[in-house]
Amino acid sequence: MTDTATHTTARPIKVLIAKPGLDGHDRGAKVLARGLRDEGFEVIYTGLRQTPEMIVSAALQEDVDVVGLSILSGAHMTLLPKITAGLRDQGMDDVLVTAGGIIPDDDIPALEQAGIARVFGPGTTIREVSDFIRASVHRREE
Amino acid sequence: MTDSPSGVSPTLAERARSGDRRALARLLTEVENRTSKGEEALRALYPLAGHAHLVGITGAPGSGKSTLVAGLVSEARRHDAPAGPRPVAVIAVDPSSPITGGAILGDRVRMQIHAGDRDVFIRSMASRGHGGGLAMATVAAAAVLDASGFPLILIETVGTGQSEVEVAAIADTTIVVQAPEMGDEVQAIKAGLLEVADIVVVNKADRPGADRAAAQLRAMLTVGAQHDHAAVAAGRPRPKRPDVMLTSALTGAGVPELLAALDRRASRTRSSETDGTALKRAEAQLSGILAQRLAERLRSGDVAERREATLRAVAAHQLDPYTAADELLAALTDFDRA
Repeated sequence: MTDTATHTTARPIKVLIAKPGLDGHDRGAKVLARGLRDEGFEVIYTGLRQTPEMIVSAALQEDVDVVGLSILSGAHMTLLPKITAGLRDQGMDDVLVTAGGIIPDDDIPALEQAGIARVFGPGTTIREVSDFIRASVHRREE
Repeated sequence: MTDSPSGVSPTLAERARSGDRRALARLLTEVENRTSKGEEALRALYPLAGHAHLVGITGAPGSGKSTLVAGLVSEARRHDAPAGPRPVAVIAVDPSSPITGGAILGDRVRMQIHAGDRDVFIRSMASRGHGGGLAMATVAAAAVLDASGFPLILIETVGTGQSEVEVAAIADTTIVVQAPEMGDEVQAIKAGLLEVADIVVVNKADRPGADRAAAQLRAMLTVGAQHDHAAVAAGRPRPKRPDVMLTSALTGAGVPELLAALDRRASRTRSSETDGTALKRAEAQLSGILAQRLAERLRSGDVAERREATLRAVAAHQLDPYTAADELLAALTDFDRA
């Protein structure tokens, strides 16, 4: 990265990693955040126990390209659609939303219907996540 | 989004000023990425800025900067605050990796309690390379927030390195945060960070040793104060004599007093005619933009070739870099004349 010239094309992709709900730990989210940092992303991390409103507000203020949601508690069917709906309400339908954690396969179609672009299960590599983000981020060239 | 320059639909800048937070966030991205759109917006917004109090908050990693910033925000948003609740913006800078360009921006973790409040706007920024550019991007972002109606802007710097001194130098008021266990009297007399402080905060005052640390700092920071007048008379720079305050961001103790001290300084800077920080800030911006413009000019068509040849000559030690720079500057003038 050089900082001297105008580099409008090479700017880092901004990712918000957020943990909605009442999960007790965030080891996985932190590992992912660190891994994405090493892949050259600018990763905003907000910590545990975030409400959908908090996550939407952080995504809006930070003007992120991607929101990655990590959830282990089983409340994904309630919380994740609230977040995608909140983003839509704020006009952020161009933001890529992904999810990870403990999410049964049976729930994935409904989540995709609700606007989650991809659900990453246990065992997903950082590379898979970063490749997916790079391939899918909707470049907001104007 | 299409913002027509003819003014048919409102520009990002106009929308940001009218309270559209999404537009404000987008605009900050344009400014941070130094796009032509961001530049255009800054041209429109700069004359409307200059009213906010810019407070730089710096200090070692783990000294409690983020928690203290969150505490200051809470205090400024209190409905029974002496000056009434007011909008607050935070720019929180964290380091970029020099290897991959990636970054973890983690300052929001301590500030999420304000997430539901639309008059609190928190923006993280990665340092993206060298400090000079960072200072420029930070001032530009602050100008946008200032023009968008935030009278108090807290700039939390990276916890380590040289850049925090630069960012602090462009703030109206610089707070240096220390924790009680962070060093003895020798640390307090070393050159560097403490010298740029307008206010030194000993945070974590709930921990043992805080009072002693504050007393030591006070003693060391006032050494030689009786000679300040002589220094000024002799034309030498006068060292800053920062106040030392105790806070506990954890319990909230001392935070109202800190905000009150900031407000006192804000009214004082505004009333003083010779505002040194405004000049310094102008200089930082202008020299940053000049350097950027010059770099762009040297990469553009007609001069680029000449620059390449000169670079190769310097690399091969056929030409010294000083002569090379002078020749390039002269060449630019020639190209402009032709």
